[in-house]
Amino acid sequence: MALKIVKGSIDRMFDKNLQDLVRGIRNHKEDEAKYISTCIDEIKQELKQDNIAVKANAVCKLTYLQMLGYDVSWAAFNIVEVMSSSKFTYKRIGYLAASQCFHESTDVIMLTTNQIRKDLSSPNQYDTGVALTGLSCFVTPDLARDLANDIMTLMSHTKPYIRKKAVLIMYKVFLKYPESLRPAFPRLKEKLEDPDPGVQSAAVNVICELARRNPKNYLSLAPLFFKLMTSSTNNWVLIKIIKLFGALTPLEPRLGKKLIEPLTNLIHSTSAMSLLYECVNTVIAVLISLSSGMPNHSASIQVMKYLGLLAMSKILKTHPKSVQSHKDLILQCLDDKDESIRLRALDLLYGMVSKKNLMEIVKKLMLHVDKAEGTTYRDELLTKIIDICSQSNYQYITNFEWYISILVELTRLEGTRHGHLIASQMLDVAIRVKAIRAFAVAQMATLLDNAHLLTGNMQRNGICEVLYAAAWICGEFSEHLENPMQTLEAMLRPKVATLPGHIQAVYVQNAAKLFATVLKSQEGNTDSTAAQETSQLMIDRLPLFVQSANLEVQERASCILQLVKYIQKLQQKDVEVAEEVNALFAGELNPVAPKAQKKVPVPEGLDLDAWINEPPSESESEDEQPKAIFAKEEPKHSRPRHTEVDEKELARRREVRKQEQANNPFYIKASPSSQKVYQDTPGVEHIPVVQIDLSVPLKVPGLPMSDQYVKLEEERRQKERAEKKKKVKKNRKEKRSGRGKKHDSGPESEEDITPAHLVDIVTEEMPEVCWSCYSQKQHSNCLSLCFGFPRPLADSEKLPVRSHRAAEALKSPVEDGDARSAAIQEPKKKSSKEKREKKKDKDRDRKVKLKYFFENYVPFILKIALPSVYLVDETMLFSPIKVYDIQGNLQDGSQVVVSVIFENKCDSFLKSMEFNVLDSLNTKLQRPEGSGPHDGLAVPFQLPPGVSNEAQFVFTVQSIVMPQKLKGTLTFIVKNEDSSTHEKLDFKLHFTCTSYLITTPCYSDAFAKLLESGDLKSSSVRLEGVNMPFHHLLARICFHHHFSVVERIDSCASMYSRSVQGHHVCLLVKTAGQTVNVDAKCDEPTLLGNVLDEIKQTFSQC
Amino acid sequence: MIKAILIFNNHGKPRLSKFYEHYTEDTEQQIIRETFHLVSKRDENVCNFLEGGMLIGGSDYKLIYRHYATLYFVFCVDSSESELGILDLIQVFVETLDKCFENVCELDLIFHVDKVHNILAEMVMGGMVLETNMNEIIMQVDAQNKMEKSEAGIAGAPARAVSAVKNMNLPEMPRNINIGDISIKVPNLPSFK
Repeated sequence: MALKIVKGSIDRMFDKNLQDLVRGIRNHKEDEAKYISTCIDEIKQELKQDNIAVKANAVCKLTYLQMLGYDVSWAAFNIVEVMSSSKFTYKRIGYLAASQCFHESTDVIMLTTNQIRKDLSSPNQYDTGVALTGLSCFVTPDLARDLANDIMTLMSHTKPYIRKKAVLIMYKVFLKYPESLRPAFPRLKEKLEDPDPGVQSAAVNVICELARRNPKNYLSLAPLFFKLMTSSTNNWVLIKIIKLFGALTPLEPRLGKKLIEPLTNLIHSTSAMSLLYECVNTVIAVLISLSSGMPNHSASIQVMKYLGLLAMSKILKTHPKSVQSHKDLILQCLDDKDESIRLRALDLLYGMVSKKNLMEIVKKLMLHVDKAEGTTYRDELLTKIIDICSQSNYQYITNFEWYISILVELTRLEGTRHGHLIASQMLDVAIRVKAIRAFAVAQMATLLDNAHLLTGNMQRNGICEVLYAAAWICGEFSEHLENPMQTLEAMLRPKVATLPGHIQAVYVQNAAKLFATVLKSQEGNTDSTAAQETSQLMIDRLPLFVQSANLEVQERASCILQLVKYIQKLQQKDVEVAEEVNALFAGELNPVAPKAQKKVPVPEGLDLDAWINEPPSESESEDEQPKAIFAKEEPKHSRPRHTEVDEKELARRREVRKQEQANNPFYIKASPSSQKVYQDTPGVEHIPVVQIDLSVPLKVPGLPMSDQYVKLEEERRQKERAEKKKKVKKNRKEKRSGRGKKHDSGPESEEDITPAHLVDIVTEEMPEVCWSCYSQKQHSNCLSLCFGFPRPLADSEKLPVRSHRAAEALKSPVEDGDARSAAIQEPKKKSSKEKREKKKDKDRDRKVKLKYFFENYVPFILKIALPSVYLVDETMLFSPIKVYDIQGNLQDGSQVVVSVIFENKCDSFLKSMEFNVLDSLNTKLQRPEGSGPHDGLAVPFQLPPGVSNEAQFVFTVQSIVMPQKLKGTLTFIVKNEDSSTHEKLDFKLHFTCTSYLITTPCYSDAFAKLLESGDLKSSSVRLEGVNMPFHHLLARICFHHHFSVVERIDSCASMYSRSVQGHHVCLLVKTAGQTVNVDAKCDEPTLLGNVLDEIKQTFSQC
Repeated sequence: MIKAILIFNNHGKPRLSKFYEHYTEDTEQQIIRETFHLVSKRDENVCNFLEGGMLIGGSDYKLIYRHYATLYFVFCVDSSESELGILDLIQVFVETLDKCFENVCELDLIFHVDKVHNILAEMVMGGMVLETNMNEIIMQVDAQNKMEKSEAGIAGAPARAVSAVKNMNLPEMPRNINIGDISIKVPNLPSFK
């Protein structure tokens, strides 16, 4: 024997391995086919040997030949043999070969199920890994169904390496066995928040693939993805999430708004081109939906437009070119009736202009200026036009004459606030662009001539500011004037006196400049009377300005008047004065570059940082500043400013201020103690800073402080039961009125107060979730629905009702209307509640659309409450529209996490939801520390119509041997356009014993040992009329009751599960015809009894 | 989803083919030929994307490829994958190969296609991207190789020696050594199953 082994191994050394095969093929280029066929013969020989190493080597070579196009399916069985080797080396070869050549119609694939299951639960993580990888390539519906449970267990494996593979392969399982999606989904969702980035990435991948098929169902995950998007640093994950959001945004426009910021951050921060591209892509997707939107959803389209433009403006900062191509689209947006969209579009235009398109864009904008009557938008247009033109030093303007005419056109706008802006542009252009001066002066002269048009309505007109510029330009560059005399006359019209003072001052000054120019031109003529007439004109008109109330006008006017009078005297003596007068205004104003100052060297010995005087204390300057400004405008009240104030003066002022403060109700008075703090620091001390000494805590009564709320709750509970409901409302009301701002609309709070609007709720309860819905028929339904994941079940899918529930239920059914009216009329809660209970059983088949969700691994199906809310007026605003899903999750022996899906199915906004459960001795809702045993837990979100969200609540459970039912209430505020009402829903949470079981794999030897130990009590149950294949039956027990199959022989299987508190539960399932015998053993007989009951229940519904 | 990953050389000889959907061997060969035909006629300076061929294509699918020296790396993906993301992934794949083979060249891929498959399995699983972090990939590949070595143990040594000798391109070793009469006791040789 030993010899045989040795011989085998030595023989093996000289077998062809893969490298030899490849080398051989390369050496036989001419007769490759022939060579390969001999090799295949050799391989066939090798496969016949017992030595697994030889077989593995052969299979390895076959894998290579498969790549070259040779059919190797004949070796499928050998591949399975190699796969089942206990050595990783061979196992890997086997799985690789299987993944390359197995497919759904490979018949030996059925043989692999148990082998794969064994590998999946192998203690060696790479055995598991290699099995998962292989399985991902050749998974069939049968394999998916049989292994789904094992894979789901692996999703919570301790090794991230296994977890990520298990998560990823779930997608393949979902594809082949769609039924597994629902049970697996909560777990999958959990993995989105896995600490390991690889697992996270895998979960994101899977959910993105799922969502691609049916994005709508995954909208509820948006907040989670949003969180990931802002926290993840893995580019691959980010790309996937962004792609997903791209698909989700068209369905949920509000998403877009939220996305903008993180997307922008990413665009700015990422260095990965691929990520950047996807961000931009998503933004563009938003834009596409903007331009091709459906007409009947104009509101949401407007939102999209806005967001698109907003997004574009962000892109613009980094990638102006990409936005420029959308010019036409953006210009179209200017026509939009929504002002904010137009403003957004304007912002974009700013970045889009170029030398080529500037004039075209501005022309379009000018058209809009004419159309726009609303002042804010028109002002915005105006400033944008100027911004666009003047940006980066007028770099896009090719023709300044055009620009000046645009500016002049803009002056025709009435009622704009931006006169000074236009004025400064005019000045800027005229000064800096020498070539344009002649044109500018001509335009300004016209403007001055038509000044009466501009000053039509002084009160609301800021546009007269442009006259300031016009006058200055005409005066300064008067040599370009064609008819200076006319302009001079225009400037000295009596109407000018109605202009603001600073403009008048400029008028006067520039009239003098003009006068000088006119004199010069007139003196050249022989006729001296013209010049004298001009002087006379000045002398006639200036006194008007000398009387001006404005000091500057007055000062300048009187100065110039005297000058002109003097000139007139000289003129009468025939003295040529023009030269001298002109000299008064000689010298050209040259534009100075902004950096010019830097070029001036600092003179020696000048220290620019040194103080010239002692620096005044900060507080003082702050204090004095307003006065200085004041003094400027109204010199009468000014008093000499002391830069150095002596101690005495300071003290006096302090006193005065204190006096003032004492009389001023808006000052909080200083308490003597706080005053002390400041006394030692003169100069600071007089600042009116006071420590607020509050004797009352800063709490406004009625503010929603948590402890206050607790108090109110306690109060409430002490009241009579009959009054309970009213009281709640009152409390709420108080609370609300404290909030104030949130409830600005009058009718809203009115609604609460007026008893006429008293609203009651008719609550319905759902039948318990039965697993029996998983009949074969519904399987096919699920398939056809293609991952319609969190959707309500259609009527056809509705779960059958458990019989014992019906029995427990009622006596006399009450009609809908009766129940409603009863609810209104009877303040006593108990009786109406009773009626509700009755009603619900009657109505549930009809009304209940049940959405459910369960988890397989630690599935915890809680009672599903089916609340339907009625508003008790005739309008029936709420139909039975809210469905809550409750699903649970167990974490450790005594803690149960219950996830509740809240879905708002009505048209109103739901908020201030509070979840409360009446604790039993055994099961208690965990509440935050400090709150009482009856307090509800606030649900941390609000629900807009049609939105669902999930909240988790933790329960502590003492004993798990009995199923538990807990009653609970959900209170919330329903808010619609004109009212808000406080509503209440009752529900039941059902903790089944099954839900305390955890799928735990068990080996047959351990299982046998367990059975032999004799510690277990046994029990059995017989199921009749089960007509489903045995493996379906097992799969169902596995799925719904969290068992794992230990061994299966023909129509007999042993199964195992473990409770969260460590109870072993063993099953022996035998089938004969339509009868199934389940013999069970467990160390806790009560638990066992209940589990068996539940199993029976499951199958009784089939 | 990734539908297929192909590596072939400048002459269209397949060096690795991984299909995540089942095709018959003939179809696979046809796809490789067609893909090679499509990809090879493109200039070096055109973009790396190309609408799929008849066989593998369909409007939703794209070929994304990179050309390294003598090899084309082609990924066939659907629209759920980011084009640039896949290009990055190819880069990661090649860099990983480079680290695992120490200056990878076409010969490494020719003779060790199984190893390439193993590396790929750590990156892409069932058509979905499993891991993009190169260090993580290399760590897992190394750990598995280590395991393989430890399993081979002493018995692996002679096999390795023989293959080393073979790789030295010495004249073919005599194929049939009759060792029937020799009885050598090798104490520590683990039994082969």
